[in-house]
Amino acid sequence: MQEHYILTEKEINEDLLRGIFHTPKWWPPAVIVLTIIFLIGIGAFGYMLNKGVGVTGLNRPVFWGFYMVNFVFWIGISHAGIMISAILRLTQAEWRRPITRAAEVLTVFSLIAALMAAPLVHVGRPWRADLWVFPYDFARGVWINIRSPFVWDPSAVMTYLTASTLFVMVALLPDLAIIRDRSTGIRKTLYGFMCLGWRGTPRQWKLQAVAGILLSALVLPVFVSVHSIVSWDFAAQIGPEGWHSTIFAPYFIIGAIHSGVSAVATVMVVMVWLWGWDKYLTPDHLDSIGRLLIVVASAWFFFFFLEWVFALYTLEGPELAMRDLQVFQWPWSGLFIVFLLTAFFIPVPLWMFKKVRRSLKWMFITTILVNIGMWLERFLIIIPGLMRRGHMIFDWGSYRPSIIEILMVMMTFAWVLLGMVIFSKIFPLIPLFDIKEGMIGRTMIKIGRRMVPASIRE
Amino acid sequence: MGQRSVIGLFTDVDAAADAMDAVGAAGYAQGNYEVLTGTPYPEGTFGEAEPVHKLYRFPLIGAVCGFIVGLLLTAGTQLAVPLVTGGKPLLSIPPMAIIMYEGTMLGAILFTVFGIVFESRLPRLFMGAYDTRITEGHIGVVISGSEDQMDNAESVLRDSGAEDVKRSWESE
Repeated sequence: MQEHYILTEKEINEDLLRGIFHTPKWWPPAVIVLTIIFLIGIGAFGYMLNKGVGVTGLNRPVFWGFYMVNFVFWIGISHAGIMISAILRLTQAEWRRPITRAAEVLTVFSLIAALMAAPLVHVGRPWRADLWVFPYDFARGVWINIRSPFVWDPSAVMTYLTASTLFVMVALLPDLAIIRDRSTGIRKTLYGFMCLGWRGTPRQWKLQAVAGILLSALVLPVFVSVHSIVSWDFAAQIGPEGWHSTIFAPYFIIGAIHSGVSAVATVMVVMVWLWGWDKYLTPDHLDSIGRLLIVVASAWFFFFFLEWVFALYTLEGPELAMRDLQVFQWPWSGLFIVFLLTAFFIPVPLWMFKKVRRSLKWMFITTILVNIGMWLERFLIIIPGLMRRGHMIFDWGSYRPSIIEILMVMMTFAWVLLGMVIFSKIFPLIPLFDIKEGMIGRTMIKIGRRMVPASIRE
Repeated sequence: MGQRSVIGLFTDVDAAADAMDAVGAAGYAQGNYEVLTGTPYPEGTFGEAEPVHKLYRFPLIGAVCGFIVGLLLTAGTQLAVPLVTGGKPLLSIPPMAIIMYEGTMLGAILFTVFGIVFESRLPRLFMGAYDTRITEGHIGVVISGSEDQMDNAESVLRDSGAEDVKRSWESE
């Protein structure tokens, strides 16, 4: 890490709270556009509720379409925050400081988007979705079917959402106190209420440090369980034989980390472009996350390769038929090539170059490409997996998403962006106290004839 | 009679640490003075006593509670209405384990967050002696005590080089 800035607490407050006290020019139009897209999606959802799921492209046997693809995609993105935040916190990586909160917030809004995509939209009758999870007929003793992955799924996702939200809120307390101290009137009262009367005693700081480590250690096992369980939505099914893979859980987890860490890198670039936080998110930070991405992408590609080896090695008819659909049948074959290029073969070789890793523009392009590829990956698992003509299947066919589904996919993207943009107006996206803590231990030391920045840690 | 407090503001870390020593030397008990900062300084920077907490007990208690709820929701409900399906055992351990695991983790996390708030002595209704400059880099040394101790406390802080000294109610 070479590009450290030495800043005073006052400068840090002014830089990182500017967006809260003064509305940036881009903020109102961004909120309006995203709200319109979100409301159009809500309108499409209402139309589907009124007319039924027949207005979608879902059919027999392709019962899962864009909604489930989107659900798995957003669960994947949600893995970024806690992965980045918890692992880097536990390993005391210095470069985590400006990234953790944005990553955690991305987790929270992505998880809500995932819940919107599957239980609320996909089921057709969302008001009955709670009946999967909660016992609904005490009088007749009808209880939930705990053998179903669709009960495991909400329990894991809700645990993860609760944990991630609390993780964000606990780490916000000291920063809310900073906003309280800079505010007047009703805003002061509100922030004073939200920070619970934080004063900054040694006891409070100690608990804040312990909380960061303890919650990280507790959330990590939940994070692993969530995408494992999402993969079991597929792997534990009787229907599509191509999904019965014991490697699905780790394969899904590493895929989630690949797309999630890429999404965090995209958010980092956007934070520099929109708020001008180039003193806090330097090319060194992008370089670090770029290196991490090379490792994660390579691990993901290894699992992807293994999944194919295991599938082909069995020489089982259903597996081979599904692979044939994915690779040789149009339009899936075209999508498959795009998926491979965007998820791995374009970004990873580019990340090998330091100039690319340190460039805002290139990191933005490559990380967006990864998420296009990872969205397609989920699409190519679900659609060809279901549409294959299999044993005891009397209907088969293709899948073409309807405009309703496309609008609702756009709605989830608008939701996550809108959530991040509104959050940034109310709460700081970069943890101020964490940056200030980093400044305390930062000093310039002379090595030979060069002055280099050093970070001193206890 | 209400407890009162006085705060002295320092701009320099060393001066604040010296002030803490001076307050201790003036006869104030450990629990009656503390340092307030807007930044998490390394422990012991100001010569303060290491805070003792019992946070690690909270996740353990929460995990036990969560496990019990998970067990009741899985085994309890199935035993309450024994409905044999396809000749399979009534209790299916692998799916039960998944839900009990999530319950255990959720309990541990909820209790941890409760523990963090409780052990941080939050929420705090009375801010006591406090200054908004603390979150701008100033370091506050707060002395709490009865009304008649405040004059002495104020002079100890001023003698230690405090930039500003303010009084406030600590509690009613």
